[in-house]
Amino acid sequence: MTIRRTLLAVACAAIAAVSVASAQDDATEKAIEKYRQMLKEDPWSNPGLLDADRGEALWTTPRGPKNVSLEQCDLGKGPGHVDGAFAELPRYFADADRVMDLETRILWCMEKLQGFDRADLVKKPYPGGGQPVKELGAMATYVANKSSGMKFAAKLDQPKEKEVVALGEALFFRRSAPFDFACATCHNASGLRIRLQGLPQLSSPEEARKVVGEWPAYRVSTTQVMTMQHRLYDCYWQMRMPQLELGSDVSVALISYLVSQARGGEIAAPGLKR
Amino acid sequence: MRATAVALLVLAASATPLLAQQSPAADPARADAAIKSAFPTAPADWQPRLTPDETMRQCSAYRNAPPTAIAEEIQRRERATIVYPPDGKVLGDWKKGEAIAQSGYGLRFTDYPPRSANGGNCYACHQITKQEVSYGTLGPSLLGYGKNRKFSEADTKAAYDKIYNSHAALPCSTMPRFGSNKILTIEQIKDLVALLMSPESPANK
Repeated sequence: MTIRRTLLAVACAAIAAVSVASAQDDATEKAIEKYRQMLKEDPWSNPGLLDADRGEALWTTPRGPKNVSLEQCDLGKGPGHVDGAFAELPRYFADADRVMDLETRILWCMEKLQGFDRADLVKKPYPGGGQPVKELGAMATYVANKSSGMKFAAKLDQPKEKEVVALGEALFFRRSAPFDFACATCHNASGLRIRLQGLPQLSSPEEARKVVGEWPAYRVSTTQVMTMQHRLYDCYWQMRMPQLELGSDVSVALISYLVSQARGGEIAAPGLKR
Repeated sequence: MRATAVALLVLAASATPLLAQQSPAADPARADAAIKSAFPTAPADWQPRLTPDETMRQCSAYRNAPPTAIAEEIQRRERATIVYPPDGKVLGDWKKGEAIAQSGYGLRFTDYPPRSANGGNCYACHQITKQEVSYGTLGPSLLGYGKNRKFSEADTKAAYDKIYNSHAALPCSTMPRFGSNKILTIEQIKDLVALLMSPESPANK
């Protein structure tokens, strides 16, 4: 979208007259970095915190056909424990017999504890342009924020967890659809861009540690919080694939792979993105 | 940047030698099964998108660094898919080519029914002209492409081949097979060749 491009173009407006390609690349990178710093300088300027607050209210309010809150939702550290829970996800949950990331677990709790219909929840789970993040996403923002400042510490060492991480890695390199794209097409080398947007090398733990902890993130260009599941859905959209289902084995596996790559990296959620 | 996101032109290549042999490889069948169930709303005519062809399979398995024998097999197979214009003339209109290079439209699930022709989105990954400063770097810079090749006929045909099917030149290229996968028409590919190879094109000024 032009808005997003324009935003970055603004950051680069200062570098108009350039003759040598490499000099231009350097100047462009510097301008983009300055823009990012400006966004980061005042952490309270992040509108995503409003969604974290909304998420907290939703979490503690009795809702759904069973009219209960999610305070008994077990995010892995026992029912009622939200602080630090995100830092240990994804993990295997015996009650569901499945490895789950944060959003998939919240989805499961909304279905099992509150009695919501899963099919309804996954039907249109992400907001349209300019709309705020939906309820599940707001709660994910709240829970992730309660691990902000901590480091990714998911063990992912159980056989089923290892299997899911390996699946995520295979999916990361798996090409598909008419453009032949895989995640690796854009995220398997360092220092590259799409147009002016820098691309992290997510197959590199060093780079993964820097960026994975920023999700969910508030995106300036769309004025809304985007969750990690939404991020992947949008990647597959761009890859010319159909609509990736929230909580699918593919999204859980890719998130597990990314978090395993980012182990030890700091969580700074909600992050702030272009 | 969404509209401009990913696609490319010519010569893309990130055949980084990777750790294909070192990591505990997941069973590709497992990945296929996971993919099949992860896109439940995909209409019937989208099902083929979920299944990689042999070239995609091989490139995924070797993480874009196939051994020589496989690379040659891919090259042979993909070269055989290239179709040329009936009159053999591969140089179109660079002005139309520039518009195709700018557009990232097409084939996404929000692009139906089609509202315009598909784009090549070349600038997402390549520098092409001095005028466009918003270009990506996933592929090599194509600035001065034709001039650097003295506008030769052989290189003009080679440019057509690379856009039509990049794997014919570089097996496991990361660039889409624009012709073979019917992303762009023959006419559009000719226009892109002109953007690269015409002396009048801003790419060569």
